[in-house]
Amino acid sequence: MITLTHFLVVSACIFCIGLYTVLSKKNAIMILVGIELMINAAILNFVAFGKYDKVSYGGQIFALFAIVLAAAAVAVGLALVLNVYRHYKTINPDEINELKDK
Amino acid sequence: METTLFYAFATLAIGSALLLVNLKNIARALFLFFIVLFAMAGLYLFALADFVAITQIMVYVGGVLILMLFAFMLSNKELLKDLQDSSGSFLSMPRWQAVILAVGFLVLMIFGIAEWHQSIPTWIQQAKENNTEIIPTDNNIQQIGLRFMTFYVLPFEVISVFLMMALIGASHLSRKERNR
Repeated sequence: MITLTHFLVVSACIFCIGLYTVLSKKNAIMILVGIELMINAAILNFVAFGKYDKVSYGGQIFALFAIVLAAAAVAVGLALVLNVYRHYKTINPDEINELKDK
Repeated sequence: METTLFYAFATLAIGSALLLVNLKNIARALFLFFIVLFAMAGLYLFALADFVAITQIMVYVGGVLILMLFAFMLSNKELLKDLQDSSGSFLSMPRWQAVILAVGFLVLMIFGIAEWHQSIPTWIQQAKENNTEIIPTDNNIQQIGLRFMTFYVLPFEVISVFLMMALIGASHLSRKERNR
């Protein structure tokens, strides 16, 4: 029998791996991947709790909203990454330290 | 059987996520991310969210991952750089602060889950007692469609407009500029 706790523990693990990716990677694309992992952990929690909400299906519907928001965030984020790469010739966030055009 | 499959998907997701974090090669890491997303979609099925799982596969694997691969290929110089400075061994742990933060957060959350288990919210208790959970024979997709068009129609419209704004903004940001 799979209980709610199983889902919560798995999603906590995925969330922490995503957090580690965001904190430790030196590549903007990998940081976006880490953010996506964290969003996926949140969506797993949504659907796990949504199983008990048959009246309004809140969990599943807001999981769908979260997927759409993540897709929009990735589209804009990758456009920004490409622009940053065009200007600075690097996508390491540590080296991008001025907003001014060169 | 069901529990075994759940554990298989969970280990697949967590294991490939851990491997993803430790790889230096970004292309391989992105394909591992693909595996993580598939395993997460499998886990959604165990929470009886079949439509969310299909949407996950369509949106993430069909859209997000392709976008990430494109962005990776267009900023390709980073690949060689990353391959060059992969001199550190597997266990060298270059960013131990990040490790400490992530593990600390994990411990905090596991502790929170263990504590939370004592006092489950009343609406979950009620659903368990009255047997009003979602069951595998329910027609989930029809129910979700009905809720989208009635109860959640305002968030649905807002998110449609938001998605269009974001996509127009993204294509505007990534256009080529002539006068530069």
